Amino acid sequence: MLLIRCPYCEEERPELEFRNAGEAHIARPTDIAAISDDDFEKFFFIRQNPKGIIYERWRHLHGCARFFNAVRDTVSDKFVMTYKAGEPKPSKLPGVSK
Amino acid sequence: MSGAFRISNAGRLTPARTARFTFDGKAYTGVEGDTLASALLANGVHLVGRSFKYHRPRGFLSAGAEEPNALVEIARDSARKTPNVRATVQELYDGLSAKSQNRWPSLSFDVGAVNDVASPFFSAGFYYKTFMWPKSAWKNLYEPNIRSAAGLGVAPDQPDPDHYSSRFAHCDVLVLGGGAAGLAAALAAAETGVRVIIADEQAEFGGALRFESGARIEGQGGWAWAQGIVAQLKAMGNVRVLSRTTAFGYYAQNFVGLVERVSEHLADPGHDVPRERLWQVRAKRVVLATGAIERHMVFADNDRPGVMLASAARTYLNHYGVAVGRNVGVYTANDSAYGAAIDLKKAGVNVAAIVDLRDNPSGTLIDQARAAGIEIHDGRAVTRVGGKLRVSSMTVQPKNGGGERTIAIDALLMSAGWTPSVHLFSQSRGKVAFNEDKRFVPGTYAQDCVSVGACNGTDGLAASMDEAYAAGTKAAKEAGGKATKVSKPKVDADEIWSRGMLGSAPGAGPDTTVKAFVDFQNDVTAKDIRQAVREGMRSIEHVKRFTTNGMATDQGKTSNMHGLAIAADMLSKPIPEVGLTTFRAPYTPVTFGAIISHARGPLFDPTRRTPMHGWAEKHGAVFEDVGQWKRAWYFPRAGEDMHAAVNRECVTVRKTAGLFDASTLGKIEVVGPDAAKFMELLYTNPWEKLEAGRCRYGIMLREDGFIYDDGVVGRLAADRFHVTTTTGGAARVMNHMEDYLQTEFPHLNVWLTSISEQWAVIAVQGPKSRDIIAPLVEGIDMSDEAMPHMSVREGKICGVPTRLFRMSFTGDRGFEVNVPADYGQAVWEALWAEGQKHGAAAYGTEAMHVLRAEKGYIIVGQDTDGTVTPNDAGLDWAVGKKKADFVGIRGLTRLDLVAKGRKQLVGLRTKDPRVVLEEGAQVVDNPNQPIPMKMIGHVTSSYWSENCGRSIALALIAGGRDRAGETLYVPMPDKVIEVEVTGMVFFDEKGERLNG
Repeated sequence: MLLIRCPYCEEERPELEFRNAGEAHIARPTDIAAISDDDFEKFFFIRQNPKGIIYERWRHLHGCARFFNAVRDTVSDKFVMTYKAGEPKPSKLPGVSK
Repeated sequence: MSGAFRISNAGRLTPARTARFTFDGKAYTGVEGDTLASALLANGVHLVGRSFKYHRPRGFLSAGAEEPNALVEIARDSARKTPNVRATVQELYDGLSAKSQNRWPSLSFDVGAVNDVASPFFSAGFYYKTFMWPKSAWKNLYEPNIRSAAGLGVAPDQPDPDHYSSRFAHCDVLVLGGGAAGLAAALAAAETGVRVIIADEQAEFGGALRFESGARIEGQGGWAWAQGIVAQLKAMGNVRVLSRTTAFGYYAQNFVGLVERVSEHLADPGHDVPRERLWQVRAKRVVLATGAIERHMVFADNDRPGVMLASAARTYLNHYGVAVGRNVGVYTANDSAYGAAIDLKKAGVNVAAIVDLRDNPSGTLIDQARAAGIEIHDGRAVTRVGGKLRVSSMTVQPKNGGGERTIAIDALLMSAGWTPSVHLFSQSRGKVAFNEDKRFVPGTYAQDCVSVGACNGTDGLAASMDEAYAAGTKAAKEAGGKATKVSKPKVDADEIWSRGMLGSAPGAGPDTTVKAFVDFQNDVTAKDIRQAVREGMRSIEHVKRFTTNGMATDQGKTSNMHGLAIAADMLSKPIPEVGLTTFRAPYTPVTFGAIISHARGPLFDPTRRTPMHGWAEKHGAVFEDVGQWKRAWYFPRAGEDMHAAVNRECVTVRKTAGLFDASTLGKIEVVGPDAAKFMELLYTNPWEKLEAGRCRYGIMLREDGFIYDDGVVGRLAADRFHVTTTTGGAARVMNHMEDYLQTEFPHLNVWLTSISEQWAVIAVQGPKSRDIIAPLVEGIDMSDEAMPHMSVREGKICGVPTRLFRMSFTGDRGFEVNVPADYGQAVWEALWAEGQKHGAAAYGTEAMHVLRAEKGYIIVGQDTDGTVTPNDAGLDWAVGKKKADFVGIRGLTRLDLVAKGRKQLVGLRTKDPRVVLEEGAQVVDNPNQPIPMKMIGHVTSSYWSENCGRSIALALIAGGRDRAGETLYVPMPDKVIEVEVTGMVFFDEKGERLNG
């Protein structure tokens, strides 16, 4: 069972308290009704599913109930960092080269 | 006397404290502190089981958790039968009853042993080759027969009456293994004041000190020192000492699963203590001190009862005071077996000879053995042993060939060297390295842990304890401990033995057909491994699966390295290139009981009951499970079956009225200045213009345009909506709303609160519903003018606050009375009393389903399945056409969602009104087409409607609405049912009864 740091509660809590909520940094277009089929496909269906670093959303469901963002390595299953919803994608990751 | 082989003045048990037990029905006496194995050996019993495949007679190989042979069934009573218990770890208690397994009719005469003679037919991989054809025979003939012939114990056939418990724990330093190294590490860490947990699988701490008679620490014997340290640790407030506790799994971020056997060793555990306790420990640092496991020698018939590991014989002698024979032989490739020989000789057991595969071995232990007058045959091998149910002789030959000599013995102790126990390290995802001593030892670490002592490939007591003490201090410091004056234990006398050999010894050579066992539990021989390589297996992963080497419940603790070395030898490759298989949890078998703990029976899942549950129970309701809820299904009266009760309930609601417990509905309060804006975005309907005090049926979509949930929403005030959801959708709708509010629309000033359990809901439906409610209500004008259909009022009922909705899920005049949950039953009873005056009935979920289907009202999740749009469901009217945005607006215009021929919800009337369709039945347009037929849809809801006097059904049919009036067919196994496509409303098509 993983430990996940909730950026709102500011502490590490066991995975049992959290729910994954899919890939992060996919903003809903403000003019969604007008976008093309291709753009809707990219927004709604296409996901990265990377081997390595993934940016994803989690919810501290059985805690503060806030959604937040996390960076996780899908190979080692280690959390690199977590940050609040709405904050930009971190440009530098602690402990990750390249 | 507790057995003829018990030696007075040897061992640490108290002979006077006897314990009686039975094995295969025969009574024996042992001593408290014995294991079942030591007690049987004390009575001269070596034969304890039959092997898995060849049914070979088997005895005890070890004195610990690695035991592959001595698996027995322990039965406390008819329900408490545990198969495959290792006799070497089962502690004896008075009255213990054990049975051997895998034999018929008896252990000494087993018919299945014919497999041993027929073994040329059962070579490695024979399952894969022999049972290939005919294909159908695998399922009907081969597999059932193989399953009944193979396997070990028999699973218990009654529910487990014992209880189990589970705990979470946190610590700074977790020490796994309580031998000399583990104790030194725990002591070092504990002295810094950090929180320490130390666990060991044995009843007592000490590890290899149990048999290492040569060890002296701090001026006392090694074992005595260990007991003193344990007492010292137990007295410290920051240390938890767990004995009889196995660390079975090492998971991410230093999360370790331990199972504590709390009462397996007690004669009468009583009901106050659990049988086992699962510990889920999160540690800042882990110290692995899991020791090493001795390997056997691989030679012909090395599985005969009486042939065992040298350290096991030494443990039985030095700890339990039991001699494993009166005239023992020793076969070794390293020094440690000499210690066993010397101790046995000192205890008065004749040591016939030590056969050492090495040329000219030298060292202190060898000198001591010589001095004790033990014959040493060096540079020689034991090529085979005599005896079947018990070893009777060993045949010795120079290892490069030459004259044979047979020596009579009654036990043979063997040692090929020691394998570091890297199981937990490997589970932690650490990578092992093959070192110059030909051992796999911890290499690259993946987690915050450290290996110390024998499991790290460190030889000798002094070196191990130094390493462990330093590691314990370091781990504690890293976990936040304070530096302290150290009191490192001093080792006064040590035993050092290392190396040994891997693979098969002479006598199990390539050209023989003998059975030289590598894996005892799965009956894998050296020949099988060679055959696997000859047949093309190159990776150890393939060799393992082809031969099943290391795949038994002992996970190859004694066999893996031998198997690997034999394969590497055949492939002429270095061992690391052939690879080591990955160790996986659990280290030793774990009971389902320990993992499940309290979560079974009524505690498996929470049960949710509505405030009116007790009333329903008292009035004879039959309940159905809806998620975690218990919902009243129907209320049968005397002599009624379900059908009769549901018919009566349905008719009564439409004739007078009915009361229905709708408390399970999800309820969410959406509050704030932007509440209407938020509702506009989350539901397809327009909300801004809905007046306070009015209600609207809302549809929620996912972004892809499919129906996600529905429910009636009441606007209590400009900034306050009372939203209802489906019973099953309550949690996910709340999550869906929170997700959008927090991440996509955070600029909206809205607050969401789940109020599902704050309000009990009593639906009163039917022509007399207003007459029933009105006398109890204060402050609400319930006239049609003041309170039309689809409105909501706040006031009081029976003196308590209510949110009174006028709405209908039956198509008749109806209300839903929301009251604070605590008053639910009281208000229900008052309404019931009023209802009685009018002849109203209580109705359950089944009648509710029928009544709504009569009106064509859908149930999300039953009539929709996540691929249905509002248009498909005939609900296009509920989508705000002028809205610029709502969740799902773009999804609705996707090409395939606007395409022709989509499945649409329609009504079906069977041509024979008495026939009720099966829900889920498939629909076709031509019943005479060849199979497989093209299915054009399926039945989603189907009931007998007493009010309509016929069956009714809803179905999703491709292009359904254009097919109105068409005849379609529902093929069933025994007949084809003709149906006509109709509209969805079967009763009161004009909807006049809403105000009736």
